Amino acid sequence: MMPPLAGYLLVAALLFAIGLAGALTRRNAILVLIGIELMLNAANLNLIAFWRYGPHPEALTGMMFAIFSIAVAAAEAAVGLGLVISIHRHAQTADLDQINRMKG
Amino acid sequence: MSFVFWLIAALTVAGGLAAVLLKNLVHCALALTIAFLGLALLFLQLDAQFAGFAQILVYVGAVAILVVFAILLTRSSEIPKDGGIFSRTWVTGLVIAAAVFAMLGWAVLQSVPGLPHESAAPAASVQQIGWALMGRYVLPLEIVALLLTAALIGAVIVAMHEKEGAKER
Repeated sequence: MMPPLAGYLLVAALLFAIGLAGALTRRNAILVLIGIELMLNAANLNLIAFWRYGPHPEALTGMMFAIFSIAVAAAEAAVGLGLVISIHRHAQTADLDQINRMKG
Repeated sequence: MSFVFWLIAALTVAGGLAAVLLKNLVHCALALTIAFLGLALLFLQLDAQFAGFAQILVYVGAVAILVVFAILLTRSSEIPKDGGIFSRTWVTGLVIAAAVFAMLGWAVLQSVPGLPHESAAPAASVQQIGWALMGRYVLPLEIVALLLTAALIGAVIVAMHEKEGAKER
């Protein structure tokens, strides 16, 4: 019988791998950001699972880490999507294979 | 491991897979929302009610809408004319992702005998979380407030329209 923590860790590992594959293989910049969001969420799931089955859940450490991580991820998403819109206005494309100059 | 857990896990993984595999980016954003919702349900399964509802508010409510806005503003929902949605180096990326998953899965399965079994649900009321946020974690809370303000202003400035060669905005 598998302990419940192992199930959560496996789901989180699978989600992380899916996000990594999306970030590394897709051409559209927004899809790369979606992959990064999936990876951050997988990490959050790990934090919450370890908090739930860890030795001192009453200290709320893992829960707090996850809550702050959600806040930082929201800031990251806003800035990242702003950058994508800015690059799209400059290069007229969000295709990462075509954005190959740094000075425009 | 309950049946409900595997049901939610399958929903979450299916949402994540669809989010990175679908052709139309609007469909990808919807699949991503399903994955976020599944994660929130997993948090609720783990007795982390506050984190679960924060996940619904922040991700399903805000980040998903932000992603849809970005997709529509950059006209990314149109499928590229040459048909390909994957980059030229997709094989390398897939191999790296598979290697990472193999390593993580191996590490988890190796540690199964040492993992704790079912335990009583910890009491984490919103009141306790509020006390912790206002007491022990007050400094990180203030820093996050500062970070969110800076990110908000920064995102607006980065995405603000600039005229070609003109100084005025």
